[in-house]
Amino acid sequence: MSNERKLMSGNEAVALGAMHAGCALGVGYPGTPSTEILENYSKLGGKAQWSPNEKVAAEVGIGVAFSGTRTLVTMKHVGLNVAADPFFTVAYTGVTGGMVMAVADDPGMASSQNEQDSRNYARAAGVPMLEPADSQEAYEMTKLAFELSERWNQPVILRLCTRVCHSKTIVVPGESTSVPPANYERDIKQRVMIPAYARPAHKVLRGKLVEMEAWNNAEGPNPIFGDSSKLGIIADGVAALHALEAVPDAKILKLGMVYPLPMKAILEFIDSVDDCIVVEEGDPFIQTEVLAAGGKVRPRLERYRFGELDVVRVKRIVDGDDSEEPAPPRGKPPQLCDGCPHRASFDMLKKLGCIITGDIGCYTLSVLPPFETMDTCVCMGASIGVGLGMRHVLPEEQARKIVSVIGDSTFVHSGLTGVADMVYNRPETGHVIVILDNGTTAMTGLQEHPGTGKKLDHHPSGKTVSLENTCEAMGVDKVVIVDPQREMDQFEQAMKEAMASNDLTVVIARRPCILAIVRDAKFERGEKVR
Amino acid sequence: MNKVTNVKFAGLGGQGILTCTDILGRVVFDMGNDVKKAEVHGMSQRGGAITSDLRYGEKVFSPMIPVGEANYLVVLGEDQIEPNQHHLKENGILVKPSDFEADKLENKRTLNVALLGALSKHMDISVEQWMEAIRQQFPERLVAVNEKAFMLGRGE
Repeated sequence: MSNERKLMSGNEAVALGAMHAGCALGVGYPGTPSTEILENYSKLGGKAQWSPNEKVAAEVGIGVAFSGTRTLVTMKHVGLNVAADPFFTVAYTGVTGGMVMAVADDPGMASSQNEQDSRNYARAAGVPMLEPADSQEAYEMTKLAFELSERWNQPVILRLCTRVCHSKTIVVPGESTSVPPANYERDIKQRVMIPAYARPAHKVLRGKLVEMEAWNNAEGPNPIFGDSSKLGIIADGVAALHALEAVPDAKILKLGMVYPLPMKAILEFIDSVDDCIVVEEGDPFIQTEVLAAGGKVRPRLERYRFGELDVVRVKRIVDGDDSEEPAPPRGKPPQLCDGCPHRASFDMLKKLGCIITGDIGCYTLSVLPPFETMDTCVCMGASIGVGLGMRHVLPEEQARKIVSVIGDSTFVHSGLTGVADMVYNRPETGHVIVILDNGTTAMTGLQEHPGTGKKLDHHPSGKTVSLENTCEAMGVDKVVIVDPQREMDQFEQAMKEAMASNDLTVVIARRPCILAIVRDAKFERGEKVR
Repeated sequence: MNKVTNVKFAGLGGQGILTCTDILGRVVFDMGNDVKKAEVHGMSQRGGAITSDLRYGEKVFSPMIPVGEANYLVVLGEDQIEPNQHHLKENGILVKPSDFEADKLENKRTLNVALLGALSKHMDISVEQWMEAIRQQFPERLVAVNEKAFMLGRGE
């Protein structure tokens, strides 16, 4: 094994860590900033696959871990909402093989609909959480997470954030480990969560968390820097790096395992300094726990809950500076590419005066000028449910204008159950769904999905999940397929008819993403692609 | 005193910001420095304004350059100066396309590498070190045109 230094992103480092930890299967759904973990894991020779959504990914991962071998499950922070159902209960069942869930937060929302803080999930579900600050730690903590997962037979979250995922820093890789091959051993009381088996499982979980906290106090990855007795800073993740630069004279406790917190070590640290403050990105998670445990820390000003931290903001936090922060000059906002097939679609939908319940993807950019033609966007798949709700209650004139617009990858991720509801609870005026099918998961960087006919590594999957056949089979009255470039008249006609009728219509506007065409051509030529 | 050099790149998604940051990253990495590079992907890929931070020195902590601490600001377009000027340190150096004859570029897409050429005039790094990183960065068919762009930016 080479222990040469390398410059790599946090995502690359997690992938390498999983390879060196002997992970058997990597599984996830694309989501900025987590996407490149599985892509890199695949390039390193790991077996990696995209699931239709994060819930399925987590369940596949649980299956691997129940089979006694190691799995890496990747997603962005909001993906954990989708995967929350299996996530909470796998904390009870526990796992046999190591299960690591790499969850990437997006403080400041570079590319997300909210800035939820995944540390709250660790506490809510009782799942231990490690938090690396740079690529070296991302590599090491991925390996450590697998070890801890098997030591306590519990899944472990690796909490990442944009600045860890997408920053390149130096990594000196270590050794590879080999793990036992998969082998199933029956243990129904442990894995079938009927109430009778779940009640003791919950108690076992809480007992393990007490043990983990003791381990974290004694030998957790929580180094102390500096020896000031005046000012102490408790920090986690990349916030700790900002603090090391911003306040070089402070004594800094850098927490690498943020759940369960090493409270004894934290309280001792607080006692060793005159003044102590927690520097953390997002919610006051550590601060709240420390205050509840009776630790004396100076509360952080509320304004620093919002957005990313950096060296300047950390200085302000430590100084207790509540003055207005200078707003950075606004740069040019992103937009749909020139030549993007979505452009013509939105021009037409705008012309028809549609009320558009939208969804998550490149096409969300249609909310910005020059289109400004999206009315709602909540979460993956919400275009259909929200559209149906509005159809049910609005007066007919408005109801007929409601159109749900969703992309192909998002449709497979979370649109199918919406279609089932549309067929089952049919609005009086019917409904119209437009699937903008550009044949890829474009916004996150052109990933494949079950509807593209290709696997994560862009090789054929053998069978394609057909959007039109699925909709027809579910009972949609009419499915129309148009090319939004060459058949705009037919597209417009189909929309007018669908909105005027009481039919349940799905219009599939199918034309490949122009960036995917370029990427596919490179792939065919054998050149390096993502 | 631990001296860290900060280079900030600013432009629009698709202009090759991440590529030229990677090239500089490779150069200073090969020189044995601690290196950190921070960038934001995602929405910003779609033609929006993006910046990329490259920091190097004996020991770098934060991956992000504090506002007003950039020793160099490299902009891919003159329209990027105003929104990013505040990142530049007092007496910091601005590198922009009008520093050289950008209209003489064989391929407009190599502007990013030409700017590295312009940046290189202010740095104590040999041309050969830059060329080595360029050769590692690009597939063979793109090496020559980028080498030329670099030299054009350097004014040689």
